[in-house]
Amino acid sequence: MLNLKDISVTFNEDTPDEKKALQDIDLTLGEGDFVTVIGSNGAGKSTLMNVISGSQRPDIGSVEINQKNVTLLPEFKRSMFIGRVFQDPMAGTAPSMTIEENLAMAYARNKKRKLQKGVTKKRKELFRDYLLTLNLGLEDRLNAKVGLLSGGERQALSLLMATFTEPDILLLDEHTAALDPSRAELITNLTGDIVKRFNLTTLMVTHNMQQALDLGNRLIMMDKGQIILDIDGKKKQELTIEKLLHEFKRIRGEQLDDDRAILG
Amino acid sequence: MFFSMFGAVESGIIFAIMALGVYLSFRILDFPDLTVDGSFVTGAAVAAVCIVNGVSPVIGTLLAAIAGFFAGNITGILNTKGKINPLLSGILMMTALYSINLRIMGGQPNIPLLNESTVFNMFDSFWGQLGIDEALNGLLGSWGVAPLPSTWIVLFATIVIIIFVKLLIDYFLTTEIGLALRATGDNEKMIRSLSANTDSLKIIGLGISNGLVALSGALIAQNDGFVDLKSGIGMIVIGLASVIIGEALFGKKTIVRTTLAVIGGAIIYRIVVTLALRADFLDTGDMKLISAILVVVALVAPKFISTMKDQRRRQRKRTELNNKVKGAS
Repeated sequence: MLNLKDISVTFNEDTPDEKKALQDIDLTLGEGDFVTVIGSNGAGKSTLMNVISGSQRPDIGSVEINQKNVTLLPEFKRSMFIGRVFQDPMAGTAPSMTIEENLAMAYARNKKRKLQKGVTKKRKELFRDYLLTLNLGLEDRLNAKVGLLSGGERQALSLLMATFTEPDILLLDEHTAALDPSRAELITNLTGDIVKRFNLTTLMVTHNMQQALDLGNRLIMMDKGQIILDIDGKKKQELTIEKLLHEFKRIRGEQLDDDRAILG
Repeated sequence: MFFSMFGAVESGIIFAIMALGVYLSFRILDFPDLTVDGSFVTGAAVAAVCIVNGVSPVIGTLLAAIAGFFAGNITGILNTKGKINPLLSGILMMTALYSINLRIMGGQPNIPLLNESTVFNMFDSFWGQLGIDEALNGLLGSWGVAPLPSTWIVLFATIVIIIFVKLLIDYFLTTEIGLALRATGDNEKMIRSLSANTDSLKIIGLGISNGLVALSGALIAQNDGFVDLKSGIGMIVIGLASVIIGEALFGKKTIVRTTLAVIGGAIIYRIVVTLALRADFLDTGDMKLISAILVVVALVAPKFISTMKDQRRRQRKRTELNNKVKGAS
């Protein structure tokens, strides 16, 4: 489904601030894989997401989606088959437009946009059905401006908008990090449900180790621009936070230094 | 009095087309586009040159709108492909258009259109048969209104045009492309992650905006009977004034309402300016000053009023609480 080959990204090359954000990354995701990505700040998680989504072009290496090389495809074209939810709840929706208009924009993602009505009666019914699955009562507020919703509601809507056209790849970029614990749990549960329902190939970055263990069938750990741990299947189910920290120490010979990652 | 108000409403409606263009760039795309000062004259110049050379006024007016569309496109390309700041892109295009407009006008700083066929007088014989002028003027005359307007066709024609333009914009902004255009001004990162090409949307949006501005310029030239190279100066402020006054007076809850508000704002702006110019100590040279002051008032007044309201509300709550405490003791 997703194939990354020899991806390297270096920022500020040949200056004292040089930073190797990604070093020779190879990563393959099969159809329906749900991979959680952990790692301390600056490990290259976000750069990895940006390389896949197309907002960052790799220095070398190639990105393949569905056996098609998309390395040079600009972000907006790639997003026809990549859904993405950002950390900031404000980033995934248009605040001065209504819920149904936002959904209509997401609905048009994998088609060519035309001069036909974005919100039709038939689509309204469809949107209502999808919103029902969120259990937030948003289906009765189709005409409400999204700017009036709370952060949790907006993030749930962003998640729905990123997924209901069933993209080939779903990218979740710490999408629960800016929410309070109960809202974060709600979104985490929703994520699990939606990914399962549409059988989406998913890559989720998180700082919350427990979340990384609870969700998905595969876990990768990144450090200094490299993938240092890749665990899947039964082994992942047996994983605990202690074991993870131990693994990190064994591989790197040092403590994981990010408090946020440990406590998360 | 009636006569000058009549003229103000007439030209107010034509300027409303320009104001809707400014609304598209300034509000919908969140792009403060100064191309307007140039593209307004481009529209007027293209229409005038066509008419003087015997082209049908209808075709001349359409060509004017298309010329404005291209001017807007270039501003969009400067901003998106050239990565030039929006304000500067507009200023550069406006400056370039000044020379281009002079070229279009064959090097003359103004072109008279008197005794030429225009979109407003080409249907005169048909309009005369309807007898609407006589009926309305007869009615007004019986109320003692004088002097009477020579023809009502301009008013009727502009009302038809503005309704058509408004409905078209309202519809366009609810289409899939229209929604993406609105999102480009609202949350660009988001709509790009939903596979919309925001560069193209901006280029198209600025094209439509300046197409409307040029259309307005073409109609104003035909109504006034001349084109002046400098007639575009300060046009952006007039457009902004219309948008801001309209939104403040008539609200901006939905698109349908806001476009209507902008049209209302453009007409009210004209009426206010006309009234102001009747004062003895002001003359036509003060127009730009009046425009600027109007915009400042329209920007400051709503905030001032809501602060006052809020203060009164709090004052009332305090008195209520005081009364309650007194009543209890």
